[in-house]
Amino acid sequence: MRCEKMESRFLGYLDGRLKESERLEVEKHLANCSPCRLRVNEFRAVSGLLDELPVIEPSEAFNARVHALVVAEPVKQSWWAWLHFSPRIALVASMLLIAALWMGYERPVGPPPMDMAQADAQMMQDLPVLEDHDVLTNFEPLKELPPPVQQTDDDSDSQQHM
Amino acid sequence: MVRTDVQLMLDVKSGDEASFALLLHRYRTPLVNFLYRMVRNREQAEDLAQEVFLRVYRARADYVPSAKFTTWLFRIATNLALNSIRDNRYQKLEDSIDSPARIDSEDGDDRPLDVAEQHPNIEQHLVEDVRVKMIRHAIDKLPEKQRAAVLLHKYEELDYAEIAKILNCSESALKSLLFRAYEALRVELAPLVAHQVRQ
Repeated sequence: MRCEKMESRFLGYLDGRLKESERLEVEKHLANCSPCRLRVNEFRAVSGLLDELPVIEPSEAFNARVHALVVAEPVKQSWWAWLHFSPRIALVASMLLIAALWMGYERPVGPPPMDMAQADAQMMQDLPVLEDHDVLTNFEPLKELPPPVQQTDDDSDSQQHM
Repeated sequence: MVRTDVQLMLDVKSGDEASFALLLHRYRTPLVNFLYRMVRNREQAEDLAQEVFLRVYRARADYVPSAKFTTWLFRIATNLALNSIRDNRYQKLEDSIDSPARIDSEDGDDRPLDVAEQHPNIEQHLVEDVRVKMIRHAIDKLPEKQRAAVLLHKYEELDYAEIAKILNCSESALKSLLFRAYEALRVELAPLVAHQVRQ
């Protein structure tokens, strides 16, 4: 295999991240190619040099600063969260519901109920009116009257031209 | 039993502040080191690391374990570091040309060159640290994305798929990026590399 194609596998080879088949191909190539063998050794040396950089520790105040930033964050809650976690609100809401049900029970919609004696008295009081209505609807002379004349558009036009 | 990062993060999501403290303890040192090696300024690295943890905390309510926790964490850190490097570069362009000559101090902070400030044993100190300084300098010279790839690969030991996600590129592009970075380091550190190879 050509060196250019092998180069892209050198780091993976050094990391041990190649597939078994790829690793064997690289090793086969390195056995026959001294420039690539040198390059792999140089990359290994670079990797070793990078290990020499010292590790620094965060300052002692680092955690405290992060904690201060986190504490200063505004608390975000959803619309339902405050209702869910507030027993006081839940108590007020349930009391309002009970009050609404009680008022609905005490003040029913519609006229107040009457007892039977009151209903009979009311009917007797309205009886003359009902009798008058019955006489008028069956009065024969009124039935013989011609129907009322309705004014048409033609009539109104002819009247305007006159 | 040791809880996984994802389990800890889910506990943070459900309001457990102690789990957040555990995540902080677990990742504060790798994160500060990664950011320090990216921006080369300790104070700035700590500020950025704090910002990373704050963003993790802010995102707790929407957290879904769709990827590894470290991928998410170092993606935030890498983006913050790259933005910070760009901002610093822009700031340096704006600096006056009349400003005094500067050198890189021990911990990477730029400071004015002042001969009277030199310590009596600075020569010995420099000799001892010459290798480390050369290595730091070689890493600093890498383009930002190559630098991030090398640091995540070498020090955080993340796998290729994770690093590719963090850097928003394909795995093959990442392998190419890493190869070019190691090539640049090999050339930059040639005297040290040659010495290592001979041993």
